[in-house]
Amino acid sequence: MAAPIAIHLEFGGGAELLFNGVKEHHVTLPSQSEPWDVKQLLVWIQRNLLKERPELFVQGDSVRPGILVLINDADWELMGELDYQLQDQDNIVFISTLHGG
Amino acid sequence: MPVLCSSCAEKRAVLKRPKTGHSLCKECFFWAFEEEVHQTIVAAKLFKPGETVGIAASGGKDSTVLAHVMKVLNERYSYGLELMLLSVDEGITGYRDDSLETVKRNQQQYELPLKIVSYEELYGWTMDAIVKQVGLKNNCTFCGVFRRQALDRGAIMLKVDKICTGHNADDVAETVLMNVLRGDIARLRRCTAISTASEGEGVVPRCKPLKYAYEKEIVLYAYFKKLDYFSTECIYSPNAYRGYARTFLKDLESVRPSSIMDIIHSGENLSVREGVKMPVQGTCNRCGYISSQALCKSCVLLEGLNRGLPKLGIGKHHRLHDKILSQQPLTEKEERKLKSVDF
Repeated sequence: MAAPIAIHLEFGGGAELLFNGVKEHHVTLPSQSEPWDVKQLLVWIQRNLLKERPELFVQGDSVRPGILVLINDADWELMGELDYQLQDQDNIVFISTLHGG
Repeated sequence: MPVLCSSCAEKRAVLKRPKTGHSLCKECFFWAFEEEVHQTIVAAKLFKPGETVGIAASGGKDSTVLAHVMKVLNERYSYGLELMLLSVDEGITGYRDDSLETVKRNQQQYELPLKIVSYEELYGWTMDAIVKQVGLKNNCTFCGVFRRQALDRGAIMLKVDKICTGHNADDVAETVLMNVLRGDIARLRRCTAISTASEGEGVVPRCKPLKYAYEKEIVLYAYFKKLDYFSTECIYSPNAYRGYARTFLKDLESVRPSSIMDIIHSGENLSVREGVKMPVQGTCNRCGYISSQALCKSCVLLEGLNRGLPKLGIGKHHRLHDKILSQQPLTEKEERKLKSVDF
């Protein structure tokens, strides 16, 4: 049994609008038998945090194309994307690029 | 397992570049990003020493990064340019007024002079008022046309030699796709040009130093450098046609990241078949602005707004331009077609 883990989430670039305008969220993921990965985190976020328009945040199993994900300040493409296994105190940032420049 | 930077092999990599697939640490990324913009500027000979350059600034991610990088490169490589910020206020409540606050902060942060021109003072119409008349489908046409001219007018007021805009690689690729989808051959041929020609009354040459910079890298550059930018979608944009091209492009990018550069490459190397009818550049009979028709688009749109004919200028009504210029009345059928608006 894995212990519950504390995760620090940040939403930016307009993505925060889907979460009541709140940019920073400290969440605790409940304990479960397998380690948490990002794929499951997205499902969790959709169920517990996402206030509206899920199609603007997730697409299929992953984030909507155009939303960048940083895990501990590094591009998630370097960390295994959806398969990255979350650890206690990890910092995950979601930045939307889908707006005017 | 942290990935090491493929450039310096010393520090932890923080991003994977879509353009090259290389993994870079923060410092090597900043350097690579800035260097590439520098190479773009030098290779295309975008600026000459002593020029005054107006940076079109909206407070958004692209123009904020553009202003920052232009300032850095101007100093690092002694371009010898005098830089200024130029902003357009379209009069969109809740969107533009907020982003202009960001531009004003940019002005302080980068210590550059700032000029703001508004649709209200130039045309007598804010976008809010335009949308009330025109509806939510074609309003972007008005905004784009007016903004182009507004930038030129602002540039002339500021007495700048050139304007540079923050259009990025994604924007250019989207435009190529849009022009293919709409069959706009004339625009398809012009849209990948990095700078515009300087002919025409009241037109200031403009260029796109960020033309080859991926949007993802612009956002990450701004994020890691902690640059201050405004990031909300224009409230009137959800129905814009560009949105479809953008969604398509993002899906393409996720499968094959180089597709953005490849689409630009395709656009740059297109040639138009002989015998294809192309518009000829002239000037507007009414205001003298650059135009391929008797009346420039801006004048036609304004005429439509002022006469309560919101569809004038949307679609092809070239035959009516002469009627409008000579102030002949339109037939009832013509008026009815031009009034109808779907919201």
